[in-house]
Amino acid sequence: MKKSLLIALLIVSVAMSSVLFAAGAKEAAPAKEVYFLNFKPEIADVYETKIAPAFEKETGIKLKVVTAASGTYAQTLKSEIAKSNPPVIFQTNGPVGLAESKNYTADLKNTEFYKILSDKTMALGDGEKVLAIPYAVEGYGIIYNDAIMRKYFALPNKAVSIKSADEITNFATLKAVVEDMTKNKSALGIQGVFASTSLAAGNQWRWQTHLVNVPLYFEVRDANIAMGSKVPEIKFSYSANMKNIWDLYLNNSSTAVGLLGAKSVDDSMAEFALGQVAMVQNGNWGAGQILGVKGNKVSDADIKFMPIYTGAAGEEKYGLNVGTENYLCINSNASVEQQKMADQFLTWLFASETGKQFVKNDLMFITPFNTFKDSELPTDPLAKDVIRWMNKSGVSSIPWAFSMIPSEEWKNQFGAALADYSVGRKNWAEVEKVAVDAWKTEFKLTN
Amino acid sequence: MSALPQAGRILHLSWESVMQKSIQKYFVLFALPGLICFAIAFLIPMVMGVVLSFFKFTTVTDGTFIGIENYKRIFINNDFTSALWFTVKFTVVSVITINLGAFTLAMLLTRGIKGTNAFRTIFFMPNLIGGIVLGWIWQVIINGVLLPRGVTIVSDPKYGFWGLVVLMNWQNIGYMMVIYIAGIQNISHDLIEAAQIDGANKVTMLRSVILPSIMPSITICSFLTLTNGFKLFDQNLALTAGDPGKQTEMLALNIFNTFYGRSGFEGVGQAKAVIFTIIVAFIALTQLRLTRSKEVEA
Repeated sequence: MKKSLLIALLIVSVAMSSVLFAAGAKEAAPAKEVYFLNFKPEIADVYETKIAPAFEKETGIKLKVVTAASGTYAQTLKSEIAKSNPPVIFQTNGPVGLAESKNYTADLKNTEFYKILSDKTMALGDGEKVLAIPYAVEGYGIIYNDAIMRKYFALPNKAVSIKSADEITNFATLKAVVEDMTKNKSALGIQGVFASTSLAAGNQWRWQTHLVNVPLYFEVRDANIAMGSKVPEIKFSYSANMKNIWDLYLNNSSTAVGLLGAKSVDDSMAEFALGQVAMVQNGNWGAGQILGVKGNKVSDADIKFMPIYTGAAGEEKYGLNVGTENYLCINSNASVEQQKMADQFLTWLFASETGKQFVKNDLMFITPFNTFKDSELPTDPLAKDVIRWMNKSGVSSIPWAFSMIPSEEWKNQFGAALADYSVGRKNWAEVEKVAVDAWKTEFKLTN
Repeated sequence: MSALPQAGRILHLSWESVMQKSIQKYFVLFALPGLICFAIAFLIPMVMGVVLSFFKFTTVTDGTFIGIENYKRIFINNDFTSALWFTVKFTVVSVITINLGAFTLAMLLTRGIKGTNAFRTIFFMPNLIGGIVLGWIWQVIINGVLLPRGVTIVSDPKYGFWGLVVLMNWQNIGYMMVIYIAGIQNISHDLIEAAQIDGANKVTMLRSVILPSIMPSITICSFLTLTNGFKLFDQNLALTAGDPGKQTEMLALNIFNTFYGRSGFEGVGQAKAVIFTIIVAFIALTQLRLTRSKEVEA
């Protein structure tokens, strides 16, 4: 009796589950709604309070925006996409991320959105299919507060001969300036030259992804490896350069090394905005975090970029790290109607007059679309400075080689090793070993 | 005459069998609502979970069968074993400290001191706060305490370990205390009086009268703290999130991070979860049997 009941129950449960899931896949979202899973928490407000209402007003289509918490996009996407009302528009960070979501990514070749992309080679695809379209070009480097720099260069007892921050073009000069500034930090009224090297959980990406890009790029450049190719192992040949800049960050920071584990990127950006520090490594997406901070003491004209110098030979010829990790995809499992509405929204945002105003003034993207005229480029100081560096003669941008990192796990392991090094629980040779070994194992696991 | 009881018995028997038949007939019907709920909330997910651990998948409704590959992949690095070891250490320490603390408080608060009720309420209150909130609060407190030494809770795994122990004690002692108080108050006065007349001193009283009498409470409390310790997730996530470098990552968090944090490792996370369930079930059952055998009827 018991046994047969159990078996019956199992059969029923299996049958029911298949019914449930079949129903789940087909269940449609409420009419006229596009679900957009946003990647960037720093601009979530703009989507929710400005763009969505404007879009609904003009087209009658409701835009549902959900934003994943910092550092959790992949897992949020994974659980959202399995739901009965999955996101229609989602973001991917490049070839590695796309490979994971390929099963449910629609071909965008015939969309209006693809048509406005000026350089079609920038899109990511699979064979003939176009799967992901970039929407923002970004650049990062060391952001500095020129007012503090000018104050430093005016000091009578400064130890360097150069007269302005523009003249810093290599690591040796940067190091001399930074260390001398640390000596004079009370005269400059700052707590440290660099903002906190944020090492809290989920806040290590400025180092394990962005900073490591510089040595990584030099290594693949030397080996003549094309951007975007598969790299089965690395030697980390520019490891000493990574150590140079990492030590400089740690030793001239506003926060004691032991306390960095509690610091977030937001903390670092706030320190910069409040004028407590002179420099912070970040990208133009951080503009909102500087300009929007209450009590912001940095004037727009003083916010400038300089490249990340690490002491590599010939680094004077390189500028900011410019690239994109922001691609939009459309969910192929969504209904045709929804996919059309998604296309309509994206085209509206990047091509209509209303949409472009938001992109320029609120989202502050440097876009790769032909719908933007030169006069419509973003006006925030960081984006302007990225464009200035991109066009500077004699200097070429460092591409985003970190898209070749085999997995997120590599970044996490490397970030943890950097954190361990900062509190003295690992020496640099061990950090190097983690980088090299983890790359090899991760590549094997993911390919 | 002799036929009558016989007839009665036949009647009785047939009545019983009729009852039984109709019970059998309607049993399924009456049990159905409960069974459906049980199936949806527990049985189906569990079966699906076990099945999925043999699949490679990214979304739970779509996967390919790969046999025991996921189980093999658990051990490509020592994440899981180190998380297991950390969890075991944590559980041993916290089971001991929580139960000792709770029992001591229970003894103190059953002696009729003034304000007993207020104290009981206060000690119980931390249990009403959610794990994530507690994790954040204690992270701030512990970082504050560590500040003069120039370190934070994630500077060294030992801070994270003891931080978790302190947090769990703070949260759970009050709850366990209530169970112990109930046990202690249930001990019959006759028994205590008899022991006193027999000249039992305090130690003998504790060892030979109180402890054996509250054995059921000890069973419940140690069972709860043991499984709570093993399944700990929220507090772990909020307090250290496994930092530095996964060294304070417990089993549940490790499974979560494997499933959601690594692409292509969803099945491995699932396999870990299956092993986790087996371990927890095994430990809990063994422990239950061991303590049950010591229980006495007062």
